[in-house]
Amino acid sequence: MRDQRPAIILIVIFLVSGVLLVKLFAIQVLDDSFLKRAESNAIQRVVDHPYRGLIYDRTGKLMVFNNPIFDLMVVPREFNVGDTARFCELFHISKEELIEKYNAAKSYSKVKPSPLIKQFSTTDFARIQDFLVDYPGLFILTRNVRSYPAPTTAHALGYIGEISAGQLEKDTAGYYSQGDYTGLSGLEKYYENELRGKKGVKYKMVNVRGVDKGPFKEGEYDTISIAGQNLTSTIDLELQQYGEMLMNGKTGSVVAIEPKTGEILAMISAPFYDPNQLTGSEFGKTYRKLNNDGSKPLFNRPIMATYPPGSIFKIVQSLIGLQEGILTPNTTFACNKSLVACHNHPNPVNLFGAIRNSCNPYYHQAFRQIINQEVSSNTFKDTEIGLNAWREKVLKFGLGAPLGIDMSGEKGGDVPSSKLYDRVYGAGHWKYSTIYSLSIGQGEMQVTPLQMANLAAIFANKGYYFTPHLVKALDGNPKKIPAKFQEKRSVGIDAHHFDLIQDAMAEAIYGTANRAVMKDLVIAGKTGTAQNPHGEDHSVFIAFAPKENPKIAIAVYVENAGWGGRAAASTASLMIEKYIRRTISRPELQDYVIAGNFMN
Amino acid sequence: MKESEVQINRVDWIAVSIYFALVMIGWFNIYAVVYDSQVEKSIFDLSISSGKQLMWIGTAIGLITLIMVADYRFFENLSLVIYLIFLGILVVTPIFGKEVNGQILSIGVGEFRIQPGEFAKFATALALAKVMERPTFDLSKRNYQFIAFGVLLVPVALILLQPDTGTAMVYFSLLIMFYREGLPQWYYVLGIGSVSITLLALGVDNNLYLAAIIVFMVGILIYMGKKSWQRILAFSLIGIGLIAYIYSIDFVVSKLPLHQQNRIMVLFNPDIDPLGVGWNVTQSKIAIGSGGLLGKGYLEGTQTKFDFVPEQDTDFIFCTLGEEFGWLGSFVVISLFAGLLYRLVIMAERQKTRFSRIYGYGVVSILFFHFMVNIAMTIGLFPVVGIPLPFFSYGGSSLWSFTVLLFIFIKLDSSRASQLGRIS
Repeated sequence: MRDQRPAIILIVIFLVSGVLLVKLFAIQVLDDSFLKRAESNAIQRVVDHPYRGLIYDRTGKLMVFNNPIFDLMVVPREFNVGDTARFCELFHISKEELIEKYNAAKSYSKVKPSPLIKQFSTTDFARIQDFLVDYPGLFILTRNVRSYPAPTTAHALGYIGEISAGQLEKDTAGYYSQGDYTGLSGLEKYYENELRGKKGVKYKMVNVRGVDKGPFKEGEYDTISIAGQNLTSTIDLELQQYGEMLMNGKTGSVVAIEPKTGEILAMISAPFYDPNQLTGSEFGKTYRKLNNDGSKPLFNRPIMATYPPGSIFKIVQSLIGLQEGILTPNTTFACNKSLVACHNHPNPVNLFGAIRNSCNPYYHQAFRQIINQEVSSNTFKDTEIGLNAWREKVLKFGLGAPLGIDMSGEKGGDVPSSKLYDRVYGAGHWKYSTIYSLSIGQGEMQVTPLQMANLAAIFANKGYYFTPHLVKALDGNPKKIPAKFQEKRSVGIDAHHFDLIQDAMAEAIYGTANRAVMKDLVIAGKTGTAQNPHGEDHSVFIAFAPKENPKIAIAVYVENAGWGGRAAASTASLMIEKYIRRTISRPELQDYVIAGNFMN
Repeated sequence: MKESEVQINRVDWIAVSIYFALVMIGWFNIYAVVYDSQVEKSIFDLSISSGKQLMWIGTAIGLITLIMVADYRFFENLSLVIYLIFLGILVVTPIFGKEVNGQILSIGVGEFRIQPGEFAKFATALALAKVMERPTFDLSKRNYQFIAFGVLLVPVALILLQPDTGTAMVYFSLLIMFYREGLPQWYYVLGIGSVSITLLALGVDNNLYLAAIIVFMVGILIYMGKKSWQRILAFSLIGIGLIAYIYSIDFVVSKLPLHQQNRIMVLFNPDIDPLGVGWNVTQSKIAIGSGGLLGKGYLEGTQTKFDFVPEQDTDFIFCTLGEEFGWLGSFVVISLFAGLLYRLVIMAERQKTRFSRIYGYGVVSILFFHFMVNIAMTIGLFPVVGIPLPFFSYGGSSLWSFTVLLFIFIKLDSSRASQLGRIS
């Protein structure tokens, strides 16, 4: 009996050793959750944010850059304020604010840094730098905010801001994390992937108190950040700023396009704001203020506002008529005011005269022939077929759908199809007399200022356009811009038909838009008036110049400024002169536009 | 001169080799704990614990030499004197010792301090060996049991005054030696049974389940055996007693100081408070568990190095090993301990005197308890008890006391040829 006891003791020793080894095997080899917990304990992932790409104008002037701002951070455990009064004086902070911020920092963490004073400027930073050594537990954290040397082009450039929860959810690639900045509108949003660059990650080891203990595995898993690409915009900064000066205090849009490339030279949405306001820590506050402003400064009118095209649409009707063979330069209609109102002008008129005088009855009759081609003996059916065929041709002019500019939120306007009338009047219950107002660009038609500027470019190019865009090059390389902006789009009208149109437009500004006329610079233009049921009509003018070899196509909308020949035509003419001549020879016209007294 | 040469040849080199292997592995691990890649210091640097430990190792080798050249009779003859001296030191420690965290563990002058609780272990083992060596000493008899337990419980009582529950517990490991020397088996059945029932009562949330199981088992026992009324009554009383005991445990636990209650509860659920009481065990398990099969590599551990595990160079030294050398490293060290204990049992059994055998089993008991409890607590199998891992943990008192404990036995073993066979 007693002889078994040593053996029993040995068995117990080996049994216990075995149990320890089995348990160790379970937690060390079988269960890998401890490894993950160890990593989250001791390895901290520090994101190295890349430098966001800069934005230049077409002439190489800097428009957007990254401005370093400095936050004074505090580590409460290490911080010792010493003489509070001296501290407050040095750092320009009130005692109450200091106590409040310090307590907030302490309640967040005693060993992790929190901001004590936010956003020092470079000069303030230089001033306090020397005092910092006297205060342990204080250090400066540098961040970059977007900054704009010239307070201009706010809508086109857009702004960046903290990523929203919804955007984070959509970010399936997992690039972003909470608190990251991302482009929220304009170029900043559209070219986010190009501008943002690529984040780097550093893995560092920390001890139990969160103190940095150096890189993990000598930085084997670290990646360095890659700076974003610089973007060259198509905007001509000088022209843009001049346009903003003219549009200051008004409501409306100016869009100027280089016809041969579709590059947008200027894009003004009035009223506008200083893009520097929507940066940094004041973003939220300013954004709310701008958003609640009754004049809607955040509303990007060139691509979001829609108006009936009005008389300018008569040119499109003329071109479709010519291409169809329904109209010839010699086609004459009487100015029959019983069909639709018109003003007094020589009567009857041929096509040239109809454009020059903007004759409404002429287009009422011409449009009837375009629509009712007697394809069907049923007049209702015939109208429906005619309308839809016509609509297809109009759509080719870049109307009725978004053009595809490199900005989000672009509206497409509206070119009605038979479906709209079927819905309103019932199928087979409408005919030409229902839709005739489309002939003069009124009724159900809607276009954006951008589409109108593009129309001017089409007239200038004699039948083709490039999708208007704001990007000229990425990292200095024009080939890197999206392919869709390099593709020539035909509107399906033979080029020779445009000769008459261009002549008529050049002639039309004499009389309808005398203010726009310039000596030895031939402007081809057309006034329009967008009817406004809520108040004064909107002043509209499109033009291109010089007539031979056009360099600029432009559309100007000035809301509640009445007839197109005054506000819009004057503004467009000045913009054209500025762009082509780079000087203004008509200061009185400039004063007239700036004063903004268009109704008298 | 001739005699001592013979003795050197008779030294059990297997045990000595395992001892040095463990001490060296421990020393490298202590360096891994304090190693900081940002301020690289040599393993010999006296300002860090690995440098100091090397000093303790050096002095331990001095102690070994002293023990080996001494006459083997010295330990047997002076065992009771050594025992009384350490009892005396234990008595004065609470009066003259230095208080740290409410405990008075050490006594000494200036830098030179010892923890008498550590050294009293080998003194108690020696005294018990001396007391129990007489051929007539029979542990199955009540009066001899009183003597043995008396010698054991005096130092325990004095250590509880410090108070140091962990070290006091270690003395009860000598029950293993008592077992070898003939303490009746039913003591152990009863002891292990009551410990199991206590653990079950603590671990199982609803005591009704346990009560139901006891009722069921008592029912089976009554049904299976003779159905005399005395037997039915006896089993019923035992069953009722057990159920009453189970229900009384919760009451007793609720009367314990809160930190002791928590230490017990963390054993059953370390996640109840991972940042508070469970912190030690949770972080220790994370450190060991993150080691994987092969470990992170020497000096590559992050958990122990960056202070996530508390008391890492002393009681939680095993974490560093588990993290940096993985399961394979754990396997090697546990095998070394098991091998040493196996060797010591073999050695104890070959002794010619009862004194040497009893002392040998005393060494086995104390080392085994430390080894089992220390490692078990780092992996959450045992409540956190502040006792060191023999030969591994940083600290002079701990290394010296284990060295003395072990080498007195190695000395006795090497001299067994010259001892008079008095074994019963």
